[in-house]
Amino acid sequence: MITFERVSKIYPGTNIPAIDNVRFEVPEGEICVIIGPSGCGKTTLMRMINRLIPITSGVISIKGQNVSEMDVIKLRRSIGYAIQQIGLFPHMTVYDNIATVPRLLKWDKQRIAARVDELLSLVGLEPDIFRFRYPRELSGGQAQRIGVVRALATDPPVMLMDEPFGAIDPINREVLQDEFLRIQEKVKKTIIFVTHDIHEAIKMGDKIALLETGRLVQYDTPEGLLVNPKNRFVKDFVGADRALKRLDLLKVKDAMMQNPVHCHMEDDAEVVSQHMLENELTFLLVADQNEKLHGYVNHYELKGHHGKVKDLVRPMTITVKPEQNLKDALSKMLSYDIGIVVVVDDDGKLLGVLNTRTLLSVVGETYDERGGVWGKITSRGRI
Amino acid sequence: MEIWHFITQNWRELITLFGEHAYIVGIAIIIAIFTGVPIGIWISFNKKAAEIVLYIAGIIMTVPSIALFGIMIPVLSIFGHGIGSVPAVVALVLYAQLPIIRNTYAAIKNVNPNIIDAGVGMGMTRSQVLLKVQLPMALSIIFAGVRVAVVMSIGIGAIAAYIGAGGLGHYIFMGINQTYDAMIKVGAISVAIMAIGVDYIFGLIENRLVSKGLRLS
Ligand SMILES: Nc1ncnc2c1ncn2[C@@H]1O[C@H](COP(=O)(O)OP(=O)(O)OP(=O)(O)O)[C@@H](O)[C@H]1O
Ligand SMILES: [Mg+2]
Repeated sequence: MITFERVSKIYPGTNIPAIDNVRFEVPEGEICVIIGPSGCGKTTLMRMINRLIPITSGVISIKGQNVSEMDVIKLRRSIGYAIQQIGLFPHMTVYDNIATVPRLLKWDKQRIAARVDELLSLVGLEPDIFRFRYPRELSGGQAQRIGVVRALATDPPVMLMDEPFGAIDPINREVLQDEFLRIQEKVKKTIIFVTHDIHEAIKMGDKIALLETGRLVQYDTPEGLLVNPKNRFVKDFVGADRALKRLDLLKVKDAMMQNPVHCHMEDDAEVVSQHMLENELTFLLVADQNEKLHGYVNHYELKGHHGKVKDLVRPMTITVKPEQNLKDALSKMLSYDIGIVVVVDDDGKLLGVLNTRTLLSVVGETYDERGGVWGKITSRGRI
Repeated sequence: MEIWHFITQNWRELITLFGEHAYIVGIAIIIAIFTGVPIGIWISFNKKAAEIVLYIAGIIMTVPSIALFGIMIPVLSIFGHGIGSVPAVVALVLYAQLPIIRNTYAAIKNVNPNIIDAGVGMGMTRSQVLLKVQLPMALSIIFAGVRVAVVMSIGIGAIAAYIGAGGLGHYIFMGINQTYDAMIKVGAISVAIMAIGVDYIFGLIENRLVSKGLRLS
């Protein structure tokens, strides 16, 4: 969709290229994160796409069309452009800000009004409250959302985003990232996303382009970058804790133990109790006929009870969803001090369990740099 | 009381002089705005021109006003307008330029480059960036320059009477010649009232024109 062919940029008055012979291709509908140390040329590379910076040599094309041959104003109007919060026009209301490109493209009033409302709702901002506010009357996060939907206003197929969440504190940044990924699920734009935050890159990117002083060092999926760093520089850049970073990438469903042992509400307490005794189970999950999770029972209470399991079932308050990432699951387990967490779907159906051991083993698959496995380690002390 | 007496005796003349004064200053300010603002915009795109223009305007400001009026007489008498309201208006326009040009230039230059970048990046043409982004954002500083120019011109306009342009300066000069205290005071107070009143009106206009989004909370 967007292709870079031997793209170079030498700023006038300098002799070291800011971008040096870069070639790669961003497929349609994907987020490509451009990352690298400060001054490596991220902004330069991005701004050559909409020709805010003239290219020195090479070709950048969108859908096979060389951008240098397109009308520059038309080109820019066809590309969503979002920069840090400061890029909102302070003298315009939220409405006018979002309406900027639609107006340049001469949309009629009704269409603009409907679109503005639609976009505000998309990012969870009540149109009646926010429509006529000025940027200074918004929080940082709200301003950032407006910046993003302004870029989406005319539904352009391509978007350029230069550190769009850069000015936001880490907690709100996570929220905005999640929200943006949800939107991207629906709109499927081809996005060039500049950041210097490796976490953000791993989370947001379908592909990551890692630059070092103007050269493209590795262009890969986040997984590829973490598992197969091409050289020392990449390894250092993604960080020594790259195994931990994989927790961001992997989903609960990738690591959970499926079809965990459980009983049903209507089961006889004595039978279940006997089974638990034989299998050394202290606790047991309880579901109903539809496999919907209802909670758990403990053996201590169950033994000697005459009746159904459902008389003694206790609710299970802490669960995770299969689509959550492992980092969220682990942090839930750590903050509630539990060694096991149950996985249920949106309807509460029991899908599996996740414990610290399964979780770490998934991460550990690629973790040992020597490539070997330690084998079983016991607690027998010195051999 | 003496002042009050003077006013009741001469109110027709006072109104005439007030009108002349407002007329001269008004014409001068309108011309100054319609030349100063475009010049200020133009030099904000042209560094070399900026240096030269601001330098010249600075020099004009340092010429004492009474001398400037004096200079106007021989220069404009070539065109047959040596004395009267024409040289007065020309001199006032020259004076009013500096604050207007300087503020326009500074205001346009001061617009955050990131915001301009956003406009250009979204596909605004150069003139759209100027009209939709730079000027609206620069407006309050431009207004501040215009208000300085207006107040200054009303004050300096009093000197125009010296070269026969009329206006409230007439009372001041005549009063001084005749050591007529009340006449001086009426002239001076009227000038002050006009300055304060016009500045207030410009303040109201500014409030209407400058976006609420730019006002500090
Ligand atoms: N207008 C310019 N003239 C000359 N050199 C420039 C210009 N703009 C950028 N550079 C240089 O080009 C290189 C790349 O700059 P660029 O802004 O693309 O870096 P970046 O990766 O976006 O950095 P950061 O993470 O700090 O934003 C830097 O060495 C910078 O000094
Ligand atoms: Mg940058």
